Amino acid sequence: MNAKRIDKIATGVLYGVAALVVIILVALLGFILIEGVPQISWHFLTSPALAFEAGGGIGIQLFNSFYLLFLALLISLPISLGAGIYLNEYAPQNTVTGLIRTTIEILSSLPSVVVGLFGYLFFVVQFKLGFSIISGAFALTVFNLPILTRSIEEALANISDNQREAGYALGLSRWETVTKIVVPAALPSIITGVVLSAGRIFGEAAALIYTAGQSAPALNFSDWNPFDISSPLSPMRPAETLAVHIWKINSEGIMPDAKDVSAGASAVLIIAVLLFNFLARWLGKRLYKHLTAE
Amino acid sequence: MADNSMTTDQRNILKFDPKDHEIALSTEDLHVFYGKSEAISEGDLQFERYKISALIGPSGSGKSTYLRSLNRMNDRIATVKGKIMYRGLDINSNDIDVYEMRRHIGMVFQRPNPFAKSIYENIAFALRQRGVNKKQDLDEIVERSLRQAAMWDQVKDDLNKSALALSGGQQQRLCIARAIAIKPDILLLDEPASALDPVSTSQIEDTLLELKQNYTIIIVTHNMQQASRISDYTAFFNLGKVLEYAETGDIFTNPQVDLTNDYISGNFG
Repeated sequence: MNAKRIDKIATGVLYGVAALVVIILVALLGFILIEGVPQISWHFLTSPALAFEAGGGIGIQLFNSFYLLFLALLISLPISLGAGIYLNEYAPQNTVTGLIRTTIEILSSLPSVVVGLFGYLFFVVQFKLGFSIISGAFALTVFNLPILTRSIEEALANISDNQREAGYALGLSRWETVTKIVVPAALPSIITGVVLSAGRIFGEAAALIYTAGQSAPALNFSDWNPFDISSPLSPMRPAETLAVHIWKINSEGIMPDAKDVSAGASAVLIIAVLLFNFLARWLGKRLYKHLTAE
Repeated sequence: MADNSMTTDQRNILKFDPKDHEIALSTEDLHVFYGKSEAISEGDLQFERYKISALIGPSGSGKSTYLRSLNRMNDRIATVKGKIMYRGLDINSNDIDVYEMRRHIGMVFQRPNPFAKSIYENIAFALRQRGVNKKQDLDEIVERSLRQAAMWDQVKDDLNKSALALSGGQQQRLCIARAIAIKPDILLLDEPASALDPVSTSQIEDTLLELKQNYTIIIVTHNMQQASRISDYTAFFNLGKVLEYAETGDIFTNPQVDLTNDYISGNFG
């Protein structure tokens, strides 16, 4: 066989493999969307779930998912930013730093159900936080920290050293250089990383089953005092999220339209995660354009 | 170093008499080590005020290392021993506030490295960190620096555009403008035109000749013509040593050291 022929065969095989991946993905997405989208209505998106009758919605679960996501990012972003800055800008290249990096890698490969059980023992039981949004947010932080730290570290590492030198040469301190030059320049990729990790958090179920709980008590949407237990903002209330809801309906749902609710909820979840991904790309590109040209 | 045949009597180093020449910066017995290997040995040079001094030599001769040691840019990657005297102070000592010192000894690098900010911000940013906050003052300094770098007329209507959208030559001049905006005494330039086309290069050279009136300039260059066109004094580096330092005219017409002659006539390097 000559080189040209081999190249043709290899190209064909690679095309085939790539097509296979795309087909599987499209089929999966298509199935979920075709089954689920007809179930989606304003009523479905806004009304509370019903345990025994048909016609329940996912309103509270949807709100819980976003609120939990917000809290989890609120906690994990500053920590990850600090850790990422330390690792890339300050940490000396020695065994301790290597150990920290290894630990982060191990943490990031931790199965989420293990994170959930750890969260249950640590936050729910030990710290007596109960099944609550705050327990869930902490568990999601454990889940999210390693990945976010890694992506922030990489975003910073991609900023050329000549930017740092430029700062030093102007008499700026390392702190000024990092916070005013390096981090802003890395902002597009940092934001992309944050939004992508938001998509992962949004779809997470296992880490939340034993921390944020599996019940969605009725909320009083006219009460925005975070200290009232029925307020949507209360961090101490149990909060079943969309992903947990889907899992629960499929394992023990007894409402007559369980299949439809599950299909609709899955479609909403998938659409939300897709939106996060598109948002990440769009924001990253836009910010990058803003920084590099008019 | 394997080649120890060079002896001091084969070196020709200019020494100024402080009575006739004002010395802006000088190094005494400077040694630079990367780990255990010595990149610079015996760097003894004096730089006269308001003159352009060029550092030439083959790749790896240590001229950039030497230059970067002058404002302590090598602090984190190399060990620098010896004295760097500036206004009677040894700025290589540990008690020196390095950040403050670098405001007196600015630097422009080989590759243009504007910040990912607007043209205006590239210059105003460091000033604001130093406490210049009035819009009027900032506007004034931005305009003056851009004029000095000979690019005001080209960019005065685009000050809010990203600096990264400028051409390479303009970016480099912006970097020069940024460096002089904080009014340093001394400007160090590390092959500032090596990444640029001939037109931009000659514009940068014109700019440097202008700046000479107010700044002491030390420039590393690979370009022999450039050194002879713009510099008053030239130092020839080889294998981490300064072999010859003299008035530029003398170096190029009548070098005292054989290696200098070989290098400037293109026989090696």
